[in-house]
Amino acid sequence: MEHPKEEELIAFHDGDRTNRERVQEHLRACAECRVALEKIEAVFAAMDSLPVPDPGENYGQRVWAAISPRLPEKQPHWWESLFAPSRLVAVSAFAAMVVAAFLAGHYWWHPKPDNTHVESADTAKVRERVLVVAVGNHLSKSEMLLIELSNVQPNPASGKLVNISAEQHRAEDLLEENRLYRQTALKEGDQVMASTLDELERTLLDVANSPEEVTPARFDAMQKKLESRGILFKVRVIQQGLRDRSNPAKQQPAPKQQQNISKMPAEPRQSISKIKNTEGNKV
Amino acid sequence: MTQMNASVESGPAPTAVPDAVAVERTLAGDRDAYRVLVERHSQNVYRLAYRMAGNSHDAEEIVQEAFLRGYQKLKQFAGQANFGTWVYRIAANYAIDRLRQRKVEDSRRELPSRDKEDGSEMDPLAQVKDSAPSPERLAGSSQLAYRMQQALKELTPAERTAIVMRHWDGCGIEEIASVLKSSTTAAKNTVFRAVQKLRSALEPFAEGRAKAMGVE
Repeated sequence: MEHPKEEELIAFHDGDRTNRERVQEHLRACAECRVALEKIEAVFAAMDSLPVPDPGENYGQRVWAAISPRLPEKQPHWWESLFAPSRLVAVSAFAAMVVAAFLAGHYWWHPKPDNTHVESADTAKVRERVLVVAVGNHLSKSEMLLIELSNVQPNPASGKLVNISAEQHRAEDLLEENRLYRQTALKEGDQVMASTLDELERTLLDVANSPEEVTPARFDAMQKKLESRGILFKVRVIQQGLRDRSNPAKQQPAPKQQQNISKMPAEPRQSISKIKNTEGNKV
Repeated sequence: MTQMNASVESGPAPTAVPDAVAVERTLAGDRDAYRVLVERHSQNVYRLAYRMAGNSHDAEEIVQEAFLRGYQKLKQFAGQANFGTWVYRIAANYAIDRLRQRKVEDSRRELPSRDKEDGSEMDPLAQVKDSAPSPERLAGSSQLAYRMQQALKELTPAERTAIVMRHWDGCGIEEIASVLKSSTTAAKNTVFRAVQKLRSALEPFAEGRAKAMGVE
């Protein structure tokens, strides 16, 4: 009678069904193989005797305490960040401003029924220029911030924290404007503008939500994220498009999507320009 | 795998929030939702990590790294298995990489001392390691347990991973193969090899124990 191989005995112990009956039958008749199986079972019994120290009931909490400071920031929904206590005052003020601008537009700006088509077209052009300049200024300020962040060269060896509190405050200011422009662009179907502003918003949120002082490693990760998004390049492309339109002498036929901004109806554009005026030409 | 799933689900649950909901909330940006998952599955991952590493210090590092990686890769999880199984696998993958790396480092360190047969230039740290039993080693108390720990240390990282996953956590061969990045046949053979090596190392003790336990 052929003895089962050791692998077969191990598989038998493991509950493997392959050749199970044959091995079982053999074991009944073969004392030598029973001893071999006992040795294998003794190995597993010895393994079971190995203690695993109890890390304690609050082990999970200790693991969390150890890893939570090392978890990378996740992107919260933009509306969630609005309710952060630190921003509630600014957001409330901004909301009040938007309401005021709406009311101002509603009561003060009524196109006269006897306006000619030529006059309407002129007014629309003026408003478009105001919007183009406002968005252009916003993108220009955002570009400056992104460039400054990209140019900082922290020294990982020194281990010194990088203070980005100034950039953080600027990012917070830019965020409010950015949301308004993005929502307007979205409403008017300007997908290219809306998408770029959306990406810019995510970047600004990352900066605004960071701690005031970050480790060189974390700052490096932020810079890499900026780079991988290519946001600086996208902002510059949109800016160039706006510049072309605001300078009729150099104006080129714009790509179809970029023309959308000029197609925005007078009402939202006027609201934006009035908001800017109300803010004391903040942009 | 049934054994492992059972232990995963029976772990302490800090809150009644199901894993799937906690994963969803974490992905939505609620970082604290991940805490539920960490607190619920840490013990189970720790058991695996301890058996793989053989000491508490390394085990704790493996657990932390597994949950950090889990957080970073959470988008890839996408409900493909239960979270406990998923993070267990991450821990197993990390632990085997770590064992392999440690093995390479150890072999580099051992080379110069092997040249000196009288041992006069042995690494002092290695001497300390041999002469001073760790708390875990002492806690094991029995000679058999100590011998088993030593025998486990002698296994290759793949063998150790295979035997820990197979015997203690009841993982299927396919799952072991996926961690070892090998075929199922190769994974099966790795388990066999591990058992054979352990049996040879424990032969004198195992025989006595088998008789004492009256194994038939």
